[in-house]
Amino acid sequence: MCLGIPGKIVEKRGNIAKIDFGGLIREANVSLVNAKVGDYVIVHAGFAISKVNKRDALKTIRLVKELIESKV
Amino acid sequence: MWKELKDGRLINGVIEKIGQYKLKLTFMHACGTHQETLSRYGLGSLFSKVGITILSGPGCPVCITTAKEFLQVMALAEKGKTIAIYGDCFRVPVNGRSLMHLRGEGYDVRVVYSIDEAVELARSLKNDVVFMAIGFETTAPSTASTLVGNDLPENFYVLSCHRFFIPAMIKLLELGEVKLNGIIEPGHVSAIIGCKPYEEIRRRFKIPQVISGFEPLDIVLSVYYLVKQVIEDDVKVVNEYNRVVSREGNQIALSLINRVFYPKDVEWRGFPIVPSSLMAIRDKYSSHDASKQFEDIISKVDYEPSPLERRCRCGEVLRGVIHPQDCPLFGKVCNLENPVGACMVSVEGACRIYLEYPELP
Ligand code: SF4
Repeated sequence: MCLGIPGKIVEKRGNIAKIDFGGLIREANVSLVNAKVGDYVIVHAGFAISKVNKRDALKTIRLVKELIESKV
Repeated sequence: MWKELKDGRLINGVIEKIGQYKLKLTFMHACGTHQETLSRYGLGSLFSKVGITILSGPGCPVCITTAKEFLQVMALAEKGKTIAIYGDCFRVPVNGRSLMHLRGEGYDVRVVYSIDEAVELARSLKNDVVFMAIGFETTAPSTASTLVGNDLPENFYVLSCHRFFIPAMIKLLELGEVKLNGIIEPGHVSAIIGCKPYEEIRRRFKIPQVISGFEPLDIVLSVYYLVKQVIEDDVKVVNEYNRVVSREGNQIALSLINRVFYPKDVEWRGFPIVPSSLMAIRDKYSSHDASKQFEDIISKVDYEPSPLERRCRCGEVLRGVIHPQDCPLFGKVCNLENPVGACMVSVEGACRIYLEYPELP
């Protein structure tokens, strides 16, 4: 009942948006989030529940790389 | 970028770091999607090589919904109501009979992808439509947002089986059946509730917690953060999934939940009564509350497990007391075609996930 993966808003009409999940386009209700076209969101049972911050995702990856290279 | 979150070299690098500490620790996650990632990417066996065991907890909302609640929905179907359910609920058996069987017998049971579809269904029919609303804080806001809408069709009803997540985790820790060194908290529940509610668990049980995302790299990093808390003896609530989870959570969703639901004591599958964990519908919305409008039908439902069902150990699986393979029925009497318990049906059910990815410990 949940698509736990991030999808990108490609079109928005009122509370309904078209969301691209890596090529698969599905409609979802975006009334629970302040999101615009181009934003990534997480969708559960037809409703976007949160935005995804790309910058934080990149930070996580950078952090892991630093961790692996560290000596401790 | 999303690909790097699955990068094997990075994943192995973090696991190696964890291995350097040479510890034996047991953690629990409480989300079917975490189990999916663990199993799909074989992380369970990678972790066990470095001394980390990860148990599966009460994280599958379909699984923790009780047999009695499913029987109530079946009773409504038998009384001629149209039932709208999420796909995961369709095959959940109660003493060998599920909503799928009821549909085969001619009752009106429809699978919907979202509550919006259930409302559309009600608009297109004259018959009463009852939506079985299942899920934690992730799906509850969509139910709440629908109930506050002012143009709901009169023949649309909700049976709320929604649960608050935190009370169950507290109950599990109070029961103290499994010795845990830390908890991997569910990222998407946390997207709604934020980080703050976990502070109560930290204060009361002094147990390390990390809110985790669902990519393999998220999970190994979360486990690393748990290990660090153990080593440094510094118990915290760490937010690994900060690209999605904020400290305050989703305020729009939280205020909708509060507006529509109030907390009520309720049983969970495998749990005794969990205080204040049911999201019951407030009186203001009772004209669409199936538990009020069809109380006569629902109150008559009684559940008595069959001899076979008594042998299903879903309850212990959901409390992390046993692994699915420890159930004598696992993969034999109970399988994907003929599930005995809910944990074998839901895509988030631990038994089903373990059976689908058999090579793992
Ligand atoms: S394997 Fe089947 S019978 Fe055993 S606990 Fe899981 S769902 Fe129940």
